[in-house]
Amino acid sequence: MNFELTKEQLMIQEMVRDFAEKEIKPYAREHDENSTFPIETFKKMGELGLLGIPFPEEYGGSGGDTISYAIAVEEIGKACGGTGLSYAAAISLGASPIYYFGTEEQKQKWLVPMAKGETLGSFGLTEPNAGSDAGGTQTKAELVGDEYIINGEKQWITNAGYARQVIVTAVTGKREDGKKIITSLIVPTDAPGVKIRCDYDKMGVRASNTCEIVLENVRVPKENVLGDPKRGFSQFLQTLDGGRISIAALSVGIAQAAYEKALKYAKERYQFGQPISKFQAIQFKLADMAMEIELARNMVYKAAWLKDNNKPFGKEAAMAKLFASEMGFRVCNQAIQIHGGYGYMKEYDVERHLRDIKLMEIGEGTSEVQRLVISRLIGC
Amino acid sequence: MNIFVLMKRTFDTEEKIVIQDGKIQEDGAEFIINPYDEYAIEEAIQVRDQHGGKVTVISIGNEEAEKQLRTALAMGADEAVLINTEDDLDELDHSGAAYILAEYLKDKEPDLILAGNVAIDGGSGQTGPRVADLLGINYVTTITKLEIDGNNVKVVRDVEGDSEIIETSLPLLVTAQQGLNEPRYPSLPGIMKAKKKPLEELELDDLDIDEDDVETKIETVEVFLPPQKSAGRILEGELKDQVKELVNLLHTEAKVI
Ligand SMILES: Cc1cc2nc3c(=O)[nH]c(=O)nc-3n(C[C@H](O)[C@H](O)[C@H](O)COP(=O)(O)OP(=O)(O)OC[C@H]3O[C@@H](n4cnc5c(N)ncnc54)[C@H](O)[C@@H]3O)c2cc1C
Ligand SMILES: Cc1cc2nc3c(=O)[nH]c(=O)nc-3n(C[C@H](O)[C@H](O)[C@H](O)COP(=O)(O)OP(=O)(O)OC[C@H]3O[C@@H](n4cnc5c(N)ncnc54)[C@H](O)[C@@H]3O)c2cc1C
Repeated sequence: MNFELTKEQLMIQEMVRDFAEKEIKPYAREHDENSTFPIETFKKMGELGLLGIPFPEEYGGSGGDTISYAIAVEEIGKACGGTGLSYAAAISLGASPIYYFGTEEQKQKWLVPMAKGETLGSFGLTEPNAGSDAGGTQTKAELVGDEYIINGEKQWITNAGYARQVIVTAVTGKREDGKKIITSLIVPTDAPGVKIRCDYDKMGVRASNTCEIVLENVRVPKENVLGDPKRGFSQFLQTLDGGRISIAALSVGIAQAAYEKALKYAKERYQFGQPISKFQAIQFKLADMAMEIELARNMVYKAAWLKDNNKPFGKEAAMAKLFASEMGFRVCNQAIQIHGGYGYMKEYDVERHLRDIKLMEIGEGTSEVQRLVISRLIGC
Repeated sequence: MNIFVLMKRTFDTEEKIVIQDGKIQEDGAEFIINPYDEYAIEEAIQVRDQHGGKVTVISIGNEEAEKQLRTALAMGADEAVLINTEDDLDELDHSGAAYILAEYLKDKEPDLILAGNVAIDGGSGQTGPRVADLLGINYVTTITKLEIDGNNVKVVRDVEGDSEIIETSLPLLVTAQQGLNEPRYPSLPGIMKAKKKPLEELELDDLDIDEDDVETKIETVEVFLPPQKSAGRILEGELKDQVKELVNLLHTEAKVI
């Protein structure tokens, strides 16, 4: 056992913290207020190699590990939850599936520019009638000659408005047992018939770009099938396993931001003639916050370490995501409580953290779905 | 061009500093590259990218300084040298540090040496000039611009907010002032490459330096934190009386006049 980060991991942490403090945090409130996507920040992150952390150099990446990636997500999310979500989605959902399931040609064409930070990619699974039950996908793709013709609708797709391509899941047939065959297809966003609208008015993560995609007779060549055409379903389950580590890391980052603000505020706010941090009621809240964040971070690192060491990590990733998102909600809620009426005001940022963290209990599998995954993996 | 940067690992003065038994507590303090040395590293990399050559970053300290040296390598420096004095010295002042650095540099034929204008811990601003003096080369302090053309160098230096233009020639030592450049963040590929770049570790023995050669000339009498800022006071009454009272207080209470 060794709980120490490596020198590289520490250097990455320091660099990303520094970058996020100077380049992301000062603009977070503005992006939240106006629900604008910080594309310039993504260009800068790309130049620094941040969008390619977990991919090898031969594919334009930085050759880092999952722990380093989780560290980066935490630091970015601490500065701005919305930027953190888009960052995590770009890597875990946009780029990773192509790295894990793509052909060499697909990697060169789609992954390399993403890893270098020149383009962004999205992952389109959710539909109006298929959320937790992603097997209920209704989007269809029909093979005609050498092309798939795709029809359907996707919703709440992160980064689609800035993506060069979207990985779309679609039904391509039925198995003998009657279950749908789901195939993943790489769909360029400029293909005729692709309509993308990004005007959801969200509660939180408002700096993140979230879009609806309508696909009308969209034609993509057969080569754009990602991985095994019959195993699209298990592929996205695997993709989500990895993504959960990043949502857990993001939860830790947002919670850390709220906690630090609450601790500082508690020491500065005087009531009844002393700082409120002298009241045991407040101290216990802060102690719980510090403890829960530490535990969640440990679980994030453990899941990431398992993944880096090619060991099964699905259960731990689900546990990390479930625990971190729920503890994050508690922490952000208590951070507002400690701020009293001030916490209810936008000026103090803690209300934004609470709005941002709520998504972590929903996206990439709701808390209920995480419990389903864990139950299955412990043999229920 | 053979470029050297003198870099110090210091505690972050923007973070909380705790003093115990007349010493700054190292546990819990945040350690960083001295901010002025960051400008020096950035400038060295830019000069190398423009004129070719090699950037070597040198630090005197203990093993902990390896992290800051690796960060400099991640920014783009080519090589690093750690002169580890942990086992040999309890104390080191500017004259001793300058002596060690000059002993290291004397047979390296440096064209350009960059240092920070001051280290934010000690704040003396002496190390750079002392090294230049020992090496017998020119130096210019607090520079905000550096232009090199062949052997000729044009430097703009900050003189208390004004600018002075100085023309000189290589070999040269300069110390960096804020405004010289905007230090880059070490990139991810840079961080990954840094672990493969050479980092040489030397001890005083390797440089044929005796402990007596670097005996401190400075005696530390006391270490204390600046006094807590007390609350301000708003004067009241007629404007004329307020001014009178203010002048009086500046004499008697603040004792600044
Ligand atoms: C900001 C944002 C960004 C998103 N980004 C993406 C993206 O990039 N790509 C993408 O594909 N999707 C994305 N999503 C969609 C997200 O993954 C889904 O919202 C999520 O999977 C839940 O699906 P749903 O919203 O349809 O809820 P539903 O599935 O309708 O769930 C409603 C409630 O029922 C519960 N429930 C459902 N089934 C069960 C069950 N079997 N047992 C117990 N409880 C159950 C759920 O836990 C939940 O509490 C995003 C969503 C948001 C809000
Ligand atoms: C939308 C809104 C509308 C409002 N409307 C009105 C109004 O119409 N009229 C009006 O007069 N006020 C109004 N208020 C003010 C409101 O009543 C106060 O915000 C509330 O009483 C808490 O005070 P505070 O915000 O100063 O928090 P603080 O008193 O500073 O409390 C901060 C934290 O410290 C805790 N704390 C404080 N003292 C102790 C202690 N001794 N032991 C343990 N914990 C302690 C608190 O529980 C809280 O968690 C309003 C506030 C809001 C946000």
